[in-house]
Amino acid sequence: MYSEKALEHFKNPKFAGEIKDANGTGEVGNVACGDVIKVYIKVNKKGILEDVRFQTYGCVAAIAASDALCEMARGKHIDDVLKMKYEDIVKELGGLPPVKFHCSVMGIQALKKAIEDYKKKR
Amino acid sequence: MQRSVYLDNAATTMVDPEVIKAMEPYFDRHYGNPSSIHQLGREAREATEASRDRIAASINSRADEIVFTSGGTEGNNLALKGVAFANRKKGKHIITTKIEHKCILNSCEWLESEGFKITYLDVNREGFVDLEQLENNITKETVLVSIIHGQNEIGTIQDLQTIGKICKEHDVWLHTDACQSYTKTELDVKKYNIALATLNAHKLHGPKGVGALYIREDVEFVPWQHGGGQESKRRGGTENVPGIVGFAKAVELASNKRHIERMTKMRDKLIEGITKIEDVSLNGPRGSRRLCNNANFSFFGVEGEGLGMALEQEGVLTSTGSACSSRSLEKSHVLKAIGLSDAEINSSTRMSISRFTTEEEIDYAIEKTEYAVKKLRAISPIKKAKEVLKNVFGKSA
Repeated sequence: MYSEKALEHFKNPKFAGEIKDANGTGEVGNVACGDVIKVYIKVNKKGILEDVRFQTYGCVAAIAASDALCEMARGKHIDDVLKMKYEDIVKELGGLPPVKFHCSVMGIQALKKAIEDYKKKR
Repeated sequence: MQRSVYLDNAATTMVDPEVIKAMEPYFDRHYGNPSSIHQLGREAREATEASRDRIAASINSRADEIVFTSGGTEGNNLALKGVAFANRKKGKHIITTKIEHKCILNSCEWLESEGFKITYLDVNREGFVDLEQLENNITKETVLVSIIHGQNEIGTIQDLQTIGKICKEHDVWLHTDACQSYTKTELDVKKYNIALATLNAHKLHGPKGVGALYIREDVEFVPWQHGGGQESKRRGGTENVPGIVGFAKAVELASNKRHIERMTKMRDKLIEGITKIEDVSLNGPRGSRRLCNNANFSFFGVEGEGLGMALEQEGVLTSTGSACSSRSLEKSHVLKAIGLSDAEINSSTRMSISRFTTEEEIDYAIEKTEYAVKKLRAISPIKKAKEVLKNVFGKSA
């Protein structure tokens, strides 16, 4: 039910972990619902995401979507990142089962929350 | 090549090669229809009846009380609907439990839409039925009590002897879904006063698509599948002769008591090894009141589907009750009924062994589970186990 690409992201996530000196964080979901995604961002003076990392409690799709999200957002300007849609992640993962689309939606939400957090702190 | 350790035997089992060998002649040599009166038909008839005798003997019933079916789901549908409709003038009340297999619960739901009244009994933390509640709910309208013998997710084996006694005292028929327990613990229909019992083949190294329903002689019952009068007019359709022969062979091979002893040892080794991992709890009872092949755990801070996939990548095949599990997004109703929190349910994994599981495979599974849990916890935002346990699980760690 999962693409090779999604499974690879799940098996060897490149962007799992915290950023100790992150200047923005965003968390969505709760354990009772099944998924929790926390995104850490490090934004430079030009508004570019120098580093993006995640911590996720969740299913294969949630972990794969989190990792793909970080990969896609890295090196981009926050204005461009705010335009990202969950469909972009689904596409990047080579598709997801429709019942799992919400995992990618949650990833986007966590990232946007992290950017809001960054803007507030600035 | 990567190794594979199959720990999903409660879903289905490998067909024993001896079972395949026993079935083979009934595909291309003795392929007759048991209803035909010529030589080929008579051979098929004899094989079917010999199989019926063996299955009857295994549960201490009479051979003519065994009706062959297409498996557990059909057997359970047939038992509930067959008894409900035959007795609707007598009463329209059925008692069952909250931890039945979906085919019982969905049959009950349908019966409710047909005007029947169903009572769903509660269970305790280990999955045992509240016997007092059972007794208190039997009324003059009650015609049937249907209780699962060995629970498929958490392995609880109900006290059918006491349940049977209660049903006898109140003069209601007792049906049991014995698909998981059959050959894994004693099932004696006379001793337990069972009126109907659902059996199947593929959980005990037999083929899929064949099972049986034991229907005691005195049970008033209407057939559900009408056909050419097969199975003494209780279930129409040409008998699945190779399947039936395979079923009987599988029962013969599984009935060795040593298998139960061995599986119990393996199960306990698995439970011991897995619960040594930090923040893991066992769901369901311990000891002899648990199916000898079943283990079910909640791994704090790890989501069930994710763990299942991480284990699969190491070659260990399991099953989960998590809402995230693949296609359904529905949480396990059984784990809910025993009072687990949503967080515990989403972190649950079932590991079920078979008589072919080796000690070395158990060691491998424990090692890989430890590894996968560690890996997933490392990337999880939920760290402070004890604090969260207190908040989310409602208990102190």
